[in-house]
Amino acid sequence: MQKITRETLIEKANELLSSGKVNRVLGWKKGEFSYDVTPAVFTDVEQMKKDFVFDDFSGANFSKYLIKETRKEDAKVLVFLKPCDTYSFNQLLTEHRFDREKVYVVGIPCDGMIDISKIKEFAGDGVVSVNTDSDNIKVDTLYDGVKEIAKDKILLERCVNCKSKKHVAYDELIGEEGEILDGNRFDEVAKLESMTADERFEFWQNELSRCIRCNACRDVCPACTCEKCVFGNPNSGVENKSPANSFEEQMFHIIRAFHVAGRCTDCGECSRVCPQNIPLHLLNRKFIKDINEFYGDYQAGEEVGLRAPLVNYTKEDLEPSEAVNREEK
Amino acid sequence: MQVNEYKPKIVAFCCNWCSYAGADLAGSNRLSYPAEVKVIRVPCSCRVNPMFILRAFQRGADGVILCGCHPGDCHYTSGNYYTRRRMALLFSMLDYLGIEKERTRVEWVSAAEGAKFAATMNDFVKTITELGENKRLEDLRCKK
Repeated sequence: MQKITRETLIEKANELLSSGKVNRVLGWKKGEFSYDVTPAVFTDVEQMKKDFVFDDFSGANFSKYLIKETRKEDAKVLVFLKPCDTYSFNQLLTEHRFDREKVYVVGIPCDGMIDISKIKEFAGDGVVSVNTDSDNIKVDTLYDGVKEIAKDKILLERCVNCKSKKHVAYDELIGEEGEILDGNRFDEVAKLESMTADERFEFWQNELSRCIRCNACRDVCPACTCEKCVFGNPNSGVENKSPANSFEEQMFHIIRAFHVAGRCTDCGECSRVCPQNIPLHLLNRKFIKDINEFYGDYQAGEEVGLRAPLVNYTKEDLEPSEAVNREEK
Repeated sequence: MQVNEYKPKIVAFCCNWCSYAGADLAGSNRLSYPAEVKVIRVPCSCRVNPMFILRAFQRGADGVILCGCHPGDCHYTSGNYYTRRRMALLFSMLDYLGIEKERTRVEWVSAAEGAKFAATMNDFVKTITELGENKRLEDLRCKK
């Protein structure tokens, strides 16, 4: 359960809408089921009272939506950002992707969001509704009745190792300011690094061969904001799914991770939206970990205007051969 | 009797200003390097997009080597510094995905180092020949 309620947010939106400070609101709305929460744009408070939701399934990061929303005529957009979303927000500002003046940011606290695919894995098919009123989540299923599970077992992958409860950008804050956390988000990467090359190849072959090339990871990623994507080019020969189990998926995912390397804020949206549950954040975290180790600690989006490590250099940088032959990883 | 000896396919990206001239010097000095190496001239080592390297593998290369000016000697002042960062991350990622780390290499070869160019290529071809065919990075759609 989240500490703040939907009523608080609707009230805040109403206040800002009626004062004319904003004319549209980026928020979450209920999908077909209570757990299918989808992003939506609201223009009046009646609509919000009907459809707006804020609960444990409001994981979507709205930073990227601001690019299109702020381009609309006379747009003044109210956006609710959770702490981790504000990093993407800053990163997009650094890249001049939208006009800061057109956005009003209300920072909201977050107590960790739930991953519906973990619930489905636990409860099986036929999840009717999920009750998140206490820390013991009650899952109502069609075939097995009500099942209970602790919330910390079904958190989104990014929330398990939450990197920050602190908002790095906002105009107004609801609730109290949190701290930057010292998570161990690189543990899984380190575990993979300690395997042999054959084991790693097998692991990734298993994961990536499930990819159906739906491009959801690309479309949701706040760092992937190119209007034209190299993987959308029909002449590239790589825009479709290969019928065979081959290098194709690896190519796509390596290149996608590389294009966001140094700009990825580790918001974890890619893993959240993946319909095949591929742990894509492990690729991005590998780059973040390497950048931290090779070129010093760097958190994308911590401040506006930071120079990304890949458009920077020092004369003493390590050689590529040293990068792959490190004694201690 | 026909003997099918394994000949690897090697792609070498060479920067126009140093390494390509280095290859030229190796030629005019009559230093031999294996014919398996296909040299592709690029304006600067920094021109090499990580995708070029993966694409070479996808289309059947067994090894890819990238040669540029020594750090500090770049014709465009700083291109190879960026290359160095990019390739360090790319190679580390390929290693992370379980792909043999010997298949990719970066060497700095200046225009005066014809002998180094020949020696580097001889050594790289030898490594790849021992490693054998590239299976992990091939794309069946690109098979002829």
